[in-house]
Amino acid sequence: MNEDVQRFLDRLAEAAAARGPEPTWIAARRQAGAARFEALGFPHRRIEEWKYTDVRDIASGDFVLADDADFSPATAAALTLPLEAHRLTFVDGVYAPALSDLGDLPAGVQVLPLSQALEDNHEAVGGPLGRLTGVEFSPFAALNTAFMEEGAVVRLAPRTVVEKPIVLQFLSRSGEREVMSHPRILVEAGGRSEATLIEHHVGEGEAANFTNLVEEVILDRGAILTHYKLQEAPLRDRHVASIHVEQARDSRYTSFNLNLGGGLVRTDLISDLNGEGAEAAFHGLFYGQGRQHVDNHTLVNHNAPHTRSSENYKGILDDRAHGVFNGRVVVKRDSQKIESEQSNANLLLSDRAEVDTKPELEIYADDVKCAHGATTGQLDEEAVYALRTRGIDEQTARGLLTLAFAGAAMELVDLDAVAERVELAVAGKLPERFNLAGLVETAAALNEE
Amino acid sequence: MLEVKDLHVTVEGSEILKGLNLTIGAGEVHAIMGPNGAGKSTLSAVIAGKDGYEVTQGSITFEGQDVLEMEIEERARKGLLLGFQYPVEIPGVKNIYLLKAALNAKREAEGLGEIPAPEFMKLIKEKIAFMKMDASFLQRAVNEGFSGGEKKRNEILQMLVLQPKLAMLDEIDSGLDIDAMKVVAKGVNSLRAEDRGILLVTHYQRLLDYIVPDRVHVLVDGRIVKSGDADLARELEDRGYDWLLEGSAA
Repeated sequence: MNEDVQRFLDRLAEAAAARGPEPTWIAARRQAGAARFEALGFPHRRIEEWKYTDVRDIASGDFVLADDADFSPATAAALTLPLEAHRLTFVDGVYAPALSDLGDLPAGVQVLPLSQALEDNHEAVGGPLGRLTGVEFSPFAALNTAFMEEGAVVRLAPRTVVEKPIVLQFLSRSGEREVMSHPRILVEAGGRSEATLIEHHVGEGEAANFTNLVEEVILDRGAILTHYKLQEAPLRDRHVASIHVEQARDSRYTSFNLNLGGGLVRTDLISDLNGEGAEAAFHGLFYGQGRQHVDNHTLVNHNAPHTRSSENYKGILDDRAHGVFNGRVVVKRDSQKIESEQSNANLLLSDRAEVDTKPELEIYADDVKCAHGATTGQLDEEAVYALRTRGIDEQTARGLLTLAFAGAAMELVDLDAVAERVELAVAGKLPERFNLAGLVETAAALNEE
Repeated sequence: MLEVKDLHVTVEGSEILKGLNLTIGAGEVHAIMGPNGAGKSTLSAVIAGKDGYEVTQGSITFEGQDVLEMEIEERARKGLLLGFQYPVEIPGVKNIYLLKAALNAKREAEGLGEIPAPEFMKLIKEKIAFMKMDASFLQRAVNEGFSGGEKKRNEILQMLVLQPKLAMLDEIDSGLDIDAMKVVAKGVNSLRAEDRGILLVTHYQRLLDYIVPDRVHVLVDGRIVKSGDADLARELEDRGYDWLLEGSAA
């Protein structure tokens, strides 16, 4: 067995030794996860699913598990999205009650750290957990299952409408050792419930940690969930996430998968449209600079007739950054009258930046409407010229147009705090020469008047 | 302030301007008229610095400096501003970004600091009210989904904010109904000042009823064939361009 895998298994043994007794089902799944990970090892690029993404930077890492959630409150406050929310905060994967706010949760809503949910009623967690993302999904999912300790459980009773967004905030800390965390998120939305979930990954600039997230989302009949995943982790962080959504009849899932940070990022987003009238909308934005690597794998399974999906991903790659968009849509036999649209547009800001875009349609029904398109290009030179004739220098003009390109992925965002954070982050990523952030603030101020 | 001497310009191998001479002094409003294809838009594009126009002979100077040696943005910062015949739609770039970035670029070139936010807001609000535009325009993407009239008003708004020394307006009247034309003309007239030159490029005399020029030039086949005062524009309205076309051929 290779020494990288062994190092992770050693950590697992240490964690097991330190852990108290736990329900047998958890122990059994840990074991299954460990066995699966040991058998598979880390994925390599000869595997089709990992063709574009080299995970050696993770495999060769010597990560430890964090054992406290100490974090400067002032730094946390600066990183936290400024909005009224029900908030759970984790520091390097460890629950941080002092940075969380679960006061005034409305009736019918549960937002709990996983450890708490297990303590309250482990059987209620054991049923759904792992049903959508099992250990066989990927070596990372297996690893997560073996290590799972903490995370979040969100439950919405039928017909519950949660006004304020629910924020799951993951802070990455810089320290002497590189840290890994394996958060587990479980969302169960009852019939016709409605909520907004914001998953926010952010941290201290110098941090270089590894987050390996598994997230399962179960939407019952008519449930509506808007899910923001704002990943602006420190640039040396590694971030792997598997998100699997199961949708019953007439449910609606909207994802904004916004990847601005992280050095090595891989996200798998899957939705199973299992009931008629179910609808999934995937919006994505990724922005890579330096040697950032951002891999987006999405999959929509049209398992029932009269289901709809739409997907719109925008990528911006500068320097030697590498982006991947792999969008797969599968229409099952007898899933008639489905509609699916997919588009991926990429902007390359440097000659050495690279993007691989790959739509995959697998259609086994005959009465369907599917469309996909991918474009990769540069900025509109006519627009660059028009801006320059107003005295704006060429680099700033290109910056404004890049900001505009990113903005197009955010058009449907109705949370100003998120839209402004992304706009500021993109403006801040633009080469320094000009204070676009100042512009964004001006516009925001005007908006408030 | 602007001096164009013996200007020859080639586009994709064919000569469009064939020795054009034009001098605009401070405080003057000039109109260049002429039939389609005479080279009117080429002149303003060359002064603004658009790619694809090759100057084979002659010179353009602005306040004694060689315009052809300047970058596009440098020309604008020095006060040479072009209002487009077909303003470009720039999806996603908010009008307010354009205005603020452009104004700060100009201020920087003049050795002033960035404009303080409250001062900027006050200025912008005053100008959009003057152009009878709604404040929501500021948050909208530049020209995206704008009607023809809105686009032209937006061009004038930029002029009002940036206060150029020489405002060149290329077919600013095209596609405007009479009400929009009046608003645009009011904006242009408000720019008239002792220290500012204005160059109107137009096909029709109609605009000149609202913005009365000091000098009118007729551009035919790459050369100015006749110059005069505002009466010349009226004469062209009555007689068309044909009599001058014959003249130039002779």
